[in-house]
Amino acid sequence: MAKRNEIDQATGTETTGHEWDGIKELNTPLPRWWLWVFYATIVWAIGYWVLYPAWPLVTGYTQGVLNHSQRADVAQAVKEMKTQRAVQGKQLQGATLQQIEADPNLLQFAREAGKSAFGDNCATCHGSGAQGFKGYPNLNDDIWLWGGTLDDIRHTIQVGVRSAHPEARVSQMPAYGRDALLEKNQIADLTQYVLKLSGQKANAAAAARAEPVFKEQCAACHGDDGRGKREFGSPNLTDREWLYGGSAAEIRTQIEQGRGGVMPTWGTRLDAMTVDALAVYVHSLGGGE
Amino acid sequence: MQPVTGPRQAQFDLFVVPAIFVIFLFLGFAVAAQTHDPLMAIQAWTFMAGIGIALAFFVKRYSEGVPADDTGAYANDIIKAGVIASMFWGIAGMLVGVVIALQLSFPHLFYFPDIPESSFGRLRPLHTSAVIFAFGGNVLIATSFYVVQRTSKARLAGGLWPWFVFWGYQIFILVAGTGYLIGVTQSREYAEPEWYADLWLTLVWVAYLLVFLGTLWKRKEPHIYVANWFYLAFIVTIAMLHIVNNLAMPVSWLGIKSYSLFAGVQDALTQWWYGHNAVGFFLTAGFLAIMYYFIPKQAERPVYSYRLSIIHFWSLIFIYIWAGPHHLHYTALPVWAQTLGMTFSIRLWMPSWGGMINGLMTLSGAWDKLRTDPVLRMLVVSVAFYGMSTFEGPVMSIKAVNALSHYTDWTIGHVHSGALGWVGFVSFGALYCLTPWLWRRERLYSLALVEWHFWIATIGIVFYITAMWVSGIMQGLMWRAYNDFGFLEYSFVETVEAMHPYYIIRALGGLLYLSGAIIMAYNLYRTARGDVRVGEPLALKPQLAAA
Repeated sequence: MAKRNEIDQATGTETTGHEWDGIKELNTPLPRWWLWVFYATIVWAIGYWVLYPAWPLVTGYTQGVLNHSQRADVAQAVKEMKTQRAVQGKQLQGATLQQIEADPNLLQFAREAGKSAFGDNCATCHGSGAQGFKGYPNLNDDIWLWGGTLDDIRHTIQVGVRSAHPEARVSQMPAYGRDALLEKNQIADLTQYVLKLSGQKANAAAAARAEPVFKEQCAACHGDDGRGKREFGSPNLTDREWLYGGSAAEIRTQIEQGRGGVMPTWGTRLDAMTVDALAVYVHSLGGGE
Repeated sequence: MQPVTGPRQAQFDLFVVPAIFVIFLFLGFAVAAQTHDPLMAIQAWTFMAGIGIALAFFVKRYSEGVPADDTGAYANDIIKAGVIASMFWGIAGMLVGVVIALQLSFPHLFYFPDIPESSFGRLRPLHTSAVIFAFGGNVLIATSFYVVQRTSKARLAGGLWPWFVFWGYQIFILVAGTGYLIGVTQSREYAEPEWYADLWLTLVWVAYLLVFLGTLWKRKEPHIYVANWFYLAFIVTIAMLHIVNNLAMPVSWLGIKSYSLFAGVQDALTQWWYGHNAVGFFLTAGFLAIMYYFIPKQAERPVYSYRLSIIHFWSLIFIYIWAGPHHLHYTALPVWAQTLGMTFSIRLWMPSWGGMINGLMTLSGAWDKLRTDPVLRMLVVSVAFYGMSTFEGPVMSIKAVNALSHYTDWTIGHVHSGALGWVGFVSFGALYCLTPWLWRRERLYSLALVEWHFWIATIGIVFYITAMWVSGIMQGLMWRAYNDFGFLEYSFVETVEAMHPYYIIRALGGLLYLSGAIIMAYNLYRTARGDVRVGEPLALKPQLAAA
């Protein structure tokens, strides 16, 4: 450069001699560390291209000397996972409750597998702790609409409830109010009767009036004593546990609407080992028979 | 283009630009009258309403003859309009951000199934587009118009055309934003508006490019200032990205729906080539231009290194355009494309930091100003956040890191350290500079309020990004946790439960940031009115806009 440009006082660096709206530029050289790190990233990138698939060609692409394939990596990882689960998974299938309980390792395997499957499939309705919600049964207690043995639970998971499966667990309570099968006052009386069955405060006269109606309409499924029948999936009305709530209003709504939930056919969605594991997990939550 | 100073040219423009708006008003009306698509009818009426506002503006502005601003050395009114629009859209966009953060924190309180317009799925693109394109875009347009005039010593080219750019852009925002609310989207992230809005934006953007180029063309400086390289790279590349990513075939000229020209993994790659370069050229190159003007100006120091600005400019724009595939690691995208995306992202580290070095080191000899000038501090802290997120970005592009970070809140934290820290703060700094310059005020209404804004917003950012780092890394680790038997340790809902406290912290951080912006709007409003807060010393020396 023939002529020296202005020197900045504060830094002692030469300016470029340009000025825009009062803004000047220093002619500071590139910071060395900056340049060398930049070079290093370039060298690193070229090294990576040599090792891994990188540049597209007319047909295909440069494969890289490591022969890396994401697809093969995934296949390998899946294979390892399957091997890890295989031995005990096979043991679990078709094992009886006694056999599973006799082998603490197998029991724990089944519970871990079941817990994992439960969290991503069942918890949506039954809750993370299997505590249930209104309309969705609690799986921790010892109340089972369709049976609480390992086989019963397994079958329920397998076929579902009111699902499309031909063997699905099906029960249908009539909607006595909505379909006008009973008069309003009859429903009001029945509500008192059910309150009385469950040991709650009830209008004795109304409950007495409802007794013949209960025998005629309800006893076929819920039993003469109102204790429910597993073969129909009908709930026990004498305990204090309720699927849709135990207040007078909630009981009346249930008689009027005859609600019943749907559980999917899990046998077609999950593999056999997972269904078995889920059954063991649910069975072991506290209420298994 | 001809220099626009003669009265004849001005009169011609007075006719042309409003006439174009009137033509589109009729086009909008024809669509509204003909369409059987109720959503298209709403969009057409909204478009017409936007044009109506623009025409009302022209009538008011020119009803008493041509204002002095139209014949001055520099066009200032349009930049004032840009400052007001930036503040308006900024607060609107940040408010929607706080709303959706609350929806995520308390889904049972902020869920209104009877009002589909309030659902997260519609509000989320409204938030992202409002802050990126409405706030960021207006800041970019306004500052670019300001900077290109001063550094070229030339008035904006094209007579009334800059006003077409300004109003055309606001109309685009209006149509796009209301479209999201009623459920119009082409489901491309950051490119959600449908084909007709895209065509309108293309028209506006080409006009923007021509105004900018025209101004550079008639510059009276021998060289083009570095800020203008970055503005030009931003405008040109955004035009290319916008057009390619939005290539689509409408089902009908009277319906909202269109189908992309791309399918499958090509579609995904095109989208993320666009998506990442929206970050690279909109949120990086454009705002680096702001930095290159406002930091040396406010610090009254020369730019640190001319050579660094050249090298980092060219390396940045050459390398950035390749980085998009890192959004598609471990997907159907061929592994060679993932490799290129990752290696180019790593090499972006130093080119990005070149801008940071030039921004920070420009303060050599003026570091003491950080103590006394909160506006300069805001600008400098923005550069620090820029440096931080442009280091974090390459790290996250490494496949092994991405395997953990992808699809988690870490990404959200990363984006917001860039958006709130870098883009937000550099914009705030520029607006704090521009308002007293444009309205010819001696100083801001209150520097104490700028201090409040700075600290409230900084604490907000720290809350936001640390919450998202913790939440994101925890989420990623929980997803991949296996027990000794080879089964997943946590269910999805357990990860959601674990993130809940961090979502609340995030919402709080966003609320603080929004509060800062509201303080700023008040401060700028009082500044524009010419008020000075009682009891504050005149700390800054007068700075006037006229050259």
